[in-house]
Amino acid sequence: MTVEWIALWVISPVLALAMLLALLRLLIGPSTPDRVVALDLLGAIGIGAIGVASVAMREEAFLDVAIVVGLVGFLGTVAFARYLERQA
Amino acid sequence: MSALDLLSVALMTIGALLLLLAAIGVVRMPDLFLRMSATSKASSLGAGCVLLAVAVSAEHAGVAWRALAGVAFLFLTAPVASHMIGRAAYLSGVPLFAGTVCDDLRGRYDAEHRLSSGDTPDGDAGRGDAEWTS
Repeated sequence: MTVEWIALWVISPVLALAMLLALLRLLIGPSTPDRVVALDLLGAIGIGAIGVASVAMREEAFLDVAIVVGLVGFLGTVAFARYLERQA
Repeated sequence: MSALDLLSVALMTIGALLLLLAAIGVVRMPDLFLRMSATSKASSLGAGCVLLAVAVSAEHAGVAWRALAGVAFLFLTAPVASHMIGRAAYLSGVPLFAGTVCDDLRGRYDAEHRLSSGDTPDGDAGRGDAEWTS
């Protein structure tokens, strides 16, 4: 068992399960802030999944994608929070 | 497998389990603020652990430094984002869990609060102490 095999067949399914659970809250979340929190969590799980893919495929360029996803997720969360606060 | 590979696998496993824990928390917790208490810490720590595993298993030092920069960025931005969501949610009146025993913020904020940088025409002139335009 190599590191790549473990990353692909053991770690990735766990992250996929976590993504499905966060997506469930994104769908059922009773209020808009619940959905924003679920989206934020989905972004964090996405960063983890991209990191695991970077290990599994030995592709170091994916790391830049993870950093950019983190940046975009943060900006999106801040924009949603300002929108909610202005509506309050 | 070398010792570095074992360390990388261990960090990846811890990170993935922390992210799963955050996802379980966001589904099971009864209230927005409890959900945020589950996600904001566990998700940044989980993604940080996974990026640290990438840094450990990287072949070049530049890749490892980029992964560490990603961890630092994550740890700087996650609390700011969580604070902004929590503030916006409290001010917009998201209901608290029925079993809440302590709400320290009740009555201690301006219920008519508006963002002072808003683009509304009548805005919040004459209210608040952080006025940039008068």
